[in-house]
Amino acid sequence: MAEAKTISQAPSGLQRASDRVFRGLCYSFAWLSVLAVVFIVLRIAFAAAPAVRQYGLGFLTTRTWDPNQDQYGILPEIWGTMYTSVLALGIGTAFGVAAAVFLSEGYLGEFAFSVLKVFHVEFHPFWGKLPERLEQVLKNLIELLAAIPSVVYGLWGLFVIIPLIRPACNWLHLKMGWFAPFGTDLSGPGVLPAVLVLSIMILPTITAISRDALVSVPPKLRMAAYGLGATPWETILAVILPTAARGIVGGILLAFGRALGETMALAMLVGNANSITISLFSPANTLAALLANTFPEAQAKEVGILMYAALVLLGITLVVNMIGAFILQRASAGLEGAK
Amino acid sequence: MKTRRMSLTASIVIIAATFVACSGNKTSSEGVKLQGAGASFPAPLYQKWFKSYSASHDGVQIDYQSIGSGGGVKSVIDKTVDFGASDAAMSDEDMAKVDGGVQLLPMTAGCIVLTYNLKGVTGLKLSRAAYAGIFLGKVKKWNDPLIKKDNAGVTLPDQPINVVVRADGSGTTFVFTKHLSAISPDFAKNPGVNKLPNWPTGTRSKGNEGVTASVMMTPGAIGYIEYGYAKSQNLPMASLENKSGDFVEPSTSSAQAALATAQFPDNLIAWVSDPEAKDAYPIATYTWLICYKQYKDKAKFQLLQNLLTYCVTDGQNDSDALGYIPLPQAVADKDKAAIQNITLAPNAT
Repeated sequence: MAEAKTISQAPSGLQRASDRVFRGLCYSFAWLSVLAVVFIVLRIAFAAAPAVRQYGLGFLTTRTWDPNQDQYGILPEIWGTMYTSVLALGIGTAFGVAAAVFLSEGYLGEFAFSVLKVFHVEFHPFWGKLPERLEQVLKNLIELLAAIPSVVYGLWGLFVIIPLIRPACNWLHLKMGWFAPFGTDLSGPGVLPAVLVLSIMILPTITAISRDALVSVPPKLRMAAYGLGATPWETILAVILPTAARGIVGGILLAFGRALGETMALAMLVGNANSITISLFSPANTLAALLANTFPEAQAKEVGILMYAALVLLGITLVVNMIGAFILQRASAGLEGAK
Repeated sequence: MKTRRMSLTASIVIIAATFVACSGNKTSSEGVKLQGAGASFPAPLYQKWFKSYSASHDGVQIDYQSIGSGGGVKSVIDKTVDFGASDAAMSDEDMAKVDGGVQLLPMTAGCIVLTYNLKGVTGLKLSRAAYAGIFLGKVKKWNDPLIKKDNAGVTLPDQPINVVVRADGSGTTFVFTKHLSAISPDFAKNPGVNKLPNWPTGTRSKGNEGVTASVMMTPGAIGYIEYGYAKSQNLPMASLENKSGDFVEPSTSSAQAALATAQFPDNLIAWVSDPEAKDAYPIATYTWLICYKQYKDKAKFQLLQNLLTYCVTDGQNDSDALGYIPLPQAVADKDKAAIQNITLAPNAT
């Protein structure tokens, strides 16, 4: 534009003012988010205070939830929350990290190359970008899993997963019923369907973050490992994964947080029965599902009790994150060998 | 620069004009608005009533949010609504919390049915001992002698009974547990009557649709749902033994026979926990609208009275098609009299 005569000039009053306003805005928004967290925790704690006083720590260690007897305990829900989350995390991590390795180590490129070779067009420049594009497409597809609403996962689990796994589960129960995890038969909703669906729900988180971590491993490490005569298997397990460990564990922690708090799909699939069970096929309950199911019709007194349960869930998430951060700090120092 | 500034001014003017136009619109079509909230069971019928009433009357808007019976009672106490609705009526304790008092009106009725998933079995009959035992977790197999003896000629499988109950607190559960407590002393002792009792057995699913999905996906399952929902989904429904020892299929007429036995006291809260009539289906219930006894806004008061009168007269014709049980004439008459108890507050505006 014609007005801009010189490139360098002292900032005008307006510019300085807007600069200050912008800085102030950033500052206050940052603090607002911190305040929001503090406010939520305090609000829940205040609402929970009467229940905390009345039921104390016994709330965490008893098993009965019976409004008629005025007995409330959430041990089954705490157990169910941890049990489903840990199992889902195990499955989700195995598949998620494997998918991330597949997407970052050029396997797709090799595959595409061998297919093109059949048609003798493998060196045509048109195909040069193909492996990367395929990787992008697959990566986006996996991330698309995160965009599916949780209620859809719940319905899918109810109408597809449960009928699908029921014969296998009941066969396992029949043949290996002495083994505690197969101790009952799968009638309908239960731990295993919930775990399977939950592991798919947390898969995109683990894959996306692990892939980013793996891609950012310096290429020289990989080349050095191959140069020393390591096989691809050895390179991945002993060099690349440990180097990316910090990022991968970070992704797993994030996924664990999501698994602990997941509500809708679990409320539909876990069976919502107040029992402590090791069997994968019997119904259980989780804290988030208990809250979602009980809140709408809760009386004033029950609301306090549910707030107590919410506080416990918050506490579990916090403790898990802290333990995770601690492990991360201790482990990554040892694992990140070459830098 | 100049043109840009001009277009900016122009767009501001346009936006401002739109705002003015919008707000102008709103004020010109001033009408009466009633806000209600509560039970989800009668919600489809209420919504139908309110929609057809506002369609035939100008300047009338009636909103109903189906937030659950407990929520309805809570909203009435907090005075955030003009009327509430509840399947579990309202406790004396809660009524005392509303100064000026409330008037409950039975508006429609429904019954609760047991739906089941047994391959090749239709017309299942369950005795009182059988279905109470099933929900107590004492009758565990479909070929239990208690079930077998009433179902001659039906091959019942040697299969566990998978009980499905509601996971969320609900008026349906309240009515169902009230009935079970009336017929089984064991059930009355534990778990007892509640919106969300401590069921001794079964998996739990959310809502009628959740229970239905679980029952349909699980071989050998049984669960309780509302009649209207079961009817619309064409689900199998068990015939239940009533107090006089007859097996009765759920239907509009058998439910009405049960409802006719209700004796209404002055507060119009009556339960038919265990009807005695020979052709009565055993688990039926009314559902109530909760109004304040006094309204301060004259327009709202008049609208509410007219609306309620419409609901208990012409509105009743819509019930059957939606799977609800129309009020017996005697009850509708009681409602009409009770509507006159709702008055305009002396300091009304």
